[in-house]
Amino acid sequence: MTAQNQNEDAAPRQWQTIKLIENPYWRYGLVILAIAYLFYSVGTLDINWHRMSTGLTRANNMFSRMVPPDFTRWELLVKGILESLQMAFAASFFGMILAVPLGLCGASNLVPRPVYLVARAIIVLSRTFHEIIIAIFFVKIFGFGPLAGVLTLVVASTSFISKMLAEDIENMPPGQLEAVRATGASFPKLLIYCISPQALPRYLGVSIYRLDANIRHSTVVGIVGAGGIGQVLAATFSRYDYDFSLAILMIIVALVFLGEVFSNWVRSGLR
Amino acid sequence: MTLEEHAQKYPEVWQRFNPRQTLIRYVWYLSIVAVATWSVSNLDIPWIYFLDAHVQAMDLATRMWPPDLDFVDKLYDPLIETIHIATLGTLVTILIAFPVAFLAARNTTFNSTTWFIGRLILVTSRSVNTVVWGLLFVAIFGPGPLAGIWAIAFRSIGFMGKLVAEAIEEIDLGAVEAIEATGASRLQVLWIGILPQVMPVIYGTTIYRWDINIRESTVLGFVGAGGIGIQLYSSINLFAWQEVSLMLTSVFAVVLVSEFISAAVRQRIS
Amino acid sequence: MLTIQNLVKVYPTGAKALNDVSFSVDEPQVITIIGPSGAGKSTLIRCINRLVEPSSGKIMLGDTDIVSLRSSGLRKARRRMGMIFQEYNLVERLTVMENVLSGRLGYIGFWRAYRRKYPPDDVSAAFKLLDRVGLEGYHNTRADALSGGQRQRVGIARALMQRPELLLVDEPTASLDPKTSRQIMRLLVELAREHNTPALINIHDVALAQTFSDRIIGLADGRTVFDGTTEDVTADVLTQIYGEEDWSTTIRKVDEEDEENGDEAKKMKKPDPQKGLVREASAG
Repeated sequence: MTAQNQNEDAAPRQWQTIKLIENPYWRYGLVILAIAYLFYSVGTLDINWHRMSTGLTRANNMFSRMVPPDFTRWELLVKGILESLQMAFAASFFGMILAVPLGLCGASNLVPRPVYLVARAIIVLSRTFHEIIIAIFFVKIFGFGPLAGVLTLVVASTSFISKMLAEDIENMPPGQLEAVRATGASFPKLLIYCISPQALPRYLGVSIYRLDANIRHSTVVGIVGAGGIGQVLAATFSRYDYDFSLAILMIIVALVFLGEVFSNWVRSGLR
Repeated sequence: MTLEEHAQKYPEVWQRFNPRQTLIRYVWYLSIVAVATWSVSNLDIPWIYFLDAHVQAMDLATRMWPPDLDFVDKLYDPLIETIHIATLGTLVTILIAFPVAFLAARNTTFNSTTWFIGRLILVTSRSVNTVVWGLLFVAIFGPGPLAGIWAIAFRSIGFMGKLVAEAIEEIDLGAVEAIEATGASRLQVLWIGILPQVMPVIYGTTIYRWDINIRESTVLGFVGAGGIGIQLYSSINLFAWQEVSLMLTSVFAVVLVSEFISAAVRQRIS
Repeated sequence: MLTIQNLVKVYPTGAKALNDVSFSVDEPQVITIIGPSGAGKSTLIRCINRLVEPSSGKIMLGDTDIVSLRSSGLRKARRRMGMIFQEYNLVERLTVMENVLSGRLGYIGFWRAYRRKYPPDDVSAAFKLLDRVGLEGYHNTRADALSGGQRQRVGIARALMQRPELLLVDEPTASLDPKTSRQIMRLLVELAREHNTPALINIHDVALAQTFSDRIIGLADGRTVFDGTTEDVTADVLTQIYGEEDWSTTIRKVDEEDEENGDEAKKMKKPDPQKGLVREASAG
């Protein structure tokens, strides 16, 4: 047919890749917006090369004072690390325990709607604020020291683990729950016989991951006086003991790395 | 069938775990309990504080209500500064994290030494908290948002780098092979073969990390690295609880908005 | 044994899944329920043990009205009914043995369930059932390592562990290939007859229904439109249930297949006294 012949002759001679954002106005508009934002924000923040360069010379200065790292005060270091580890373990332990009821209540396929909404609200609220803010509040109520730190980490751990647990339970295939209910099993038996075996591997995996994260976070809460190696670290910075700071930082990095290795090993065994 | 044969074929006892497995499980349980006990006991917790904790908490709550609305005017600049810190920090991260991710991925790195260096950079970045990086950069650049931006950047490199490196390691090698077979240069292979496969992950993690960085930026001020944290810290130390509750509410609102944006964009990408 | 009177189910969306369904089961027979998708077959089966809440009506299991029961009474009633599902619905991460024994969950206490310490009679009966369904030696295999047909056998064993007064079966063969479907149906019907338990089976394959059942109930638009024996199922009946179609290939030609196979249904009329060991051993 003539229409077809015409189409064959008029084959497109140009071609462009499909962009992520189709409309060219949007695309270029966003780029222009981004550049404008860059200029605006950098200007507002009063960032200029002068500050950067003085900063870099100071960084150089600091670096030379940091190296070599000073391990002579290792007793203080070890004490701080041990305290951080204890905080991390205790927080993970209690966090795991508390996360079970909260996570179960946060699963819409298990509990009535009002209970579900309350549980989800608690989880969202505890995750909104950075743990340093929560740490400050606990320090105000319980005073300086590791207690405030443990409590902060417990709040962080519980909300994290319970969120994962609730999502895991909601994603469970409903047929299995139905079948166990059909045998006449009560709710507690449903928990241990169906929900627990299915949710357990992921629950344990998330908890182990959280243990590693708690070691990291225990450094932060120390800055506001909630115990752990963070407190020691903050002190070294304020006293300009940069070589000791480097020593502490190196140990923290090594510890977190080992924690990750351990965590991966356990999680692969759980599969 | 005799009674013995019956008992043998259809035993009346069944156990889920054999004795060895049961023993291993109990060893794990005991060690967990032991570690938990050790950690709690050594912490020197003043248990007596729990007695009046609820009283103290109620006291604090009443002092924080109602939020001091007159204070709102002083909040605009610090909040905007906070958002700037998070955004600029994330932007800087992309520039640095991307090449580091290539070094840290087994299939795109040059040799095992560079792979190790890449991995080391990522682990170091992840192990140190944003606030601790903030401490460091305040010492270098002095107090202010400049330190905050670098703190955000240095922490985010580890996060983004790890996820992007994992994405690079999981790409379809067949596509890369095909491009190499056409005689393309190494850079072209990178651009056409590898990059398109990794782009969605890069976009996704960038926006995800930006959202997290907004939260982190709010507290950087505690160590002097700019943002609303400076004001928040001073109000807390002055016991101006109503100002504090106002700031916390505004932080909550900003975090909500950023989470919403982040979820919407990630939805659109996938 | 089971009497259903004026059962009605209206879903919150307004869809009327069951519209005044009534029938009764007075003797141990195999009853298949046929009908198009959306006719209410699945809803009917699930209303009987109240996995779906009926809107109105009466369901009498023996002397008990299921609809009026509260939670603990309902659990006791559910123990008396064994259910077999289309998607097998085993707890995937548990072993075959744990899944089979879960049929007894309604009868043991919480802590025994937690420690998996079942009464010796039950354990022995479980082994025997596994043997009977052809899964000897599989007791420590994880459920998600089994094939579809094997999983359905575990589901059947689990239902029978309850020593139920009634078997509720929801499309047992929908996810299985033709050969396995026949094996499973054969197994189901044999076991129902051995244990003298009436069975209500949802099925969409009419030929399969005719081959294996004593009585067929046809459901269309939430109403019973047919209730009779397999011989009574003619092309007209099927049109009434499903609508206009060429039914000649679906209806099993009774006379021809009788000569070929010697009628499966007739073969299984007499329960084998030897195979009743499970019931006797546990009753004693």
